[in-house]
Amino acid sequence: MSSFREMFRLRRAIHIRTVMPGLVPGIHVLLNSPIRQTWMAGTSPAMTRNKRLASRSRLALIVVALFGLSIGTASAAEPGHFGYGTVPTAEQIAGWDIDARGEDGVGLPPGKGDVTTGEKVFAEQCAACHGTFGEGEGRFPKLAGGQGTLKDDRPELTIGSYWPFAPTLWDYINRAMPMPTPHTLSADDVYALTAYILNLNNIVPNEFVADRDSLPKVRMPNRDNFIWTDPRPDTAAKPCMSACVDPAAVTISSTAEGKDLTPRTTGPLDDMQPK
Amino acid sequence: MRPTFWRGKPGLFKPANPRDAKLRESGVRDPNPRNLNSSDLAPQDGVNRRAMLGLGAAVTGALALGRNTALAQSESASPPADAPWSQSLGAGVVDRPYGNPAEFEAGVIRRNVPWLTAGTESSISFSPLQHLNGIITPNGLFFERYHAGRPDVDPKQHRLMIHGLVERPLLLTMEDIVRFPSVSRIHFIECPANGGMEWRAAQLNSLQFNHGMVSCAEWTGVKLSTLLEEVGLKKGAKWVMVEGADGAHMNRSLPLEKCLDDCLVVYAQNGEALRPEQGYPLRLVVPGWEGNVSIKWLRRIKLGDKPWHSREETSKYTDLMPDGTSRGFTWLIDAKSVITFPCPEKPLHGPGLYEIRGLAWTGHGKVKRVDVSVDGGVNWQTAELHEPVLSKALTRFSLPWRWDGKPALLESRVIDETGYVQPTIVQLREKRGTNSVYHNNAIQTWQVKADGSVFDVQLS
Repeated sequence: MSSFREMFRLRRAIHIRTVMPGLVPGIHVLLNSPIRQTWMAGTSPAMTRNKRLASRSRLALIVVALFGLSIGTASAAEPGHFGYGTVPTAEQIAGWDIDARGEDGVGLPPGKGDVTTGEKVFAEQCAACHGTFGEGEGRFPKLAGGQGTLKDDRPELTIGSYWPFAPTLWDYINRAMPMPTPHTLSADDVYALTAYILNLNNIVPNEFVADRDSLPKVRMPNRDNFIWTDPRPDTAAKPCMSACVDPAAVTISSTAEGKDLTPRTTGPLDDMQPK
Repeated sequence: MRPTFWRGKPGLFKPANPRDAKLRESGVRDPNPRNLNSSDLAPQDGVNRRAMLGLGAAVTGALALGRNTALAQSESASPPADAPWSQSLGAGVVDRPYGNPAEFEAGVIRRNVPWLTAGTESSISFSPLQHLNGIITPNGLFFERYHAGRPDVDPKQHRLMIHGLVERPLLLTMEDIVRFPSVSRIHFIECPANGGMEWRAAQLNSLQFNHGMVSCAEWTGVKLSTLLEEVGLKKGAKWVMVEGADGAHMNRSLPLEKCLDDCLVVYAQNGEALRPEQGYPLRLVVPGWEGNVSIKWLRRIKLGDKPWHSREETSKYTDLMPDGTSRGFTWLIDAKSVITFPCPEKPLHGPGLYEIRGLAWTGHGKVKRVDVSVDGGVNWQTAELHEPVLSKALTRFSLPWRWDGKPALLESRVIDETGYVQPTIVQLREKRGTNSVYHNNAIQTWQVKADGSVFDVQLS
């Protein structure tokens, strides 16, 4: 579409020379319109340098904007309209393009890893926080178990019991783990860890090898229990104004008073450690 | 004011009190009230302003001047006709080149709940709503949420890459981004886990900890739609993945329509560069949607034909329902309101006329109305909304209230421009159970006791 842009430039050049002052009254409306925002960038230096020139430039902008309106494309500039920045090289994109999609695994790189290797890497890189068998240390997340608990009063949400897609596990370990030294694991190590954690959850057998082909085929136990469209609103209350409920029925069902859970909200930060 | 007084007497302008530094070194308490630590005069619960003023004057009178000692004798003493700070020369300009709040306000800070998370690097802090007035959250008090700690990004090295299903991939420096046409918008950001600890029962006796994961700022940057037009979308582009430069490379998927509607790629917050805590040098702002999608330290935008189902939108930020199913992509922040005065941190001091104050907001657009009840939802009165009432921004409301000194149950209820009415926790639980963690927008009930103290409660 560069010829399209050339045409714009040509029109603008013509109108800078030919636009008449009589058009001025229309300016204010247009200067307050979104169109102005789109077209200001390229001409602002001229506007600051010289008032007269600026006025002309504005007129030119208006005419260009009107022209744009007339063909219905004023709000959608052509790609490269501003021309800022650079087009990244294939190498630059490859260096940043780390994502793997959960549902179909698109973006998973070459490489592979098995359960046994994963167990070793896990012991070195992950077990300190997540426990040797993914049971979780302290308040760090538990990675295994909990299957069949999602309807319980206290459900256990783990990779095995909750996560819908296996490639998401590769993606997450690769993008964020280990927490203190992210982006230090090889693709093979991440595949191996993925295999090990899936195996901990009894989702894949001991001989499973994780790679870009096998992971999207792993069927996670909770996969079909997600609804990916938002069904809210959940409530449709009416804003009643008086005698909305029986005053006798207004009772306190729970109170935070006396529960020793609230940090201090005055003075220095409260670490809530016993003094 | 006094040019003839000081002209030719430069000695008067020896800038700071030289003794300030000495005092600090020696650890001796500075008798100048301006330099007292607020912990010395911490505005504790139940200590009213008048008492504080009296105490301040008392300390000063006793320690610094050795006169007006009558002031020290009781808090009911008259205010000093000419206070110590009126009898001395204050610090000059650029004494504090980047301004700070008054030292008496030292207790007004973000706070965390230590038992909530394994550490502070993947955690949350809460804005002190009880101390905030107005709809703008000061930059130093904006709530924090990190997944891999706060990265300190060098803006010279930072880049934004836009690629995927685009005509012309782009790599932009911060200088490039600032050149694009800029817009400023005031929007709230709320973590959908705000109030998430109260699904089962009232647990935390605090406005700050129950509601402080919401903040509001004026954001300045470029419309995401402008950037997407600049790269040009290929046919089939329907989803947008946004990713941060933090250690977690936090990423989320967004539908293209929202990105072309009102999303902003911003570099400024309340008139200055973003704070590192809020994504310096560049972040996304997705107005009205759960805060997690407003990716901070934004480094990459990728166009695709399907969502990514990243960890943050599958294992987290999904809502577990009582039947064991889960909802995903529940981005919208439903309408919510809360009374910010009185509250557990700001109790009442005796019967009389008060102004009940609060904040309301909705991801649907504008707040239309807020009602307030002082009897646990039996009867309601419509509160006054304060201008400006902006779309997807915090909105102030207030209602005068003559408190008779009897126990009361205070509630606020917002109705937004779509007609949606903020539900009670009971109504919400009926549908959502108690395990969905996110999107608790229930009415908050504050119990006011006869002594004026205030507690977080839930009603049956």
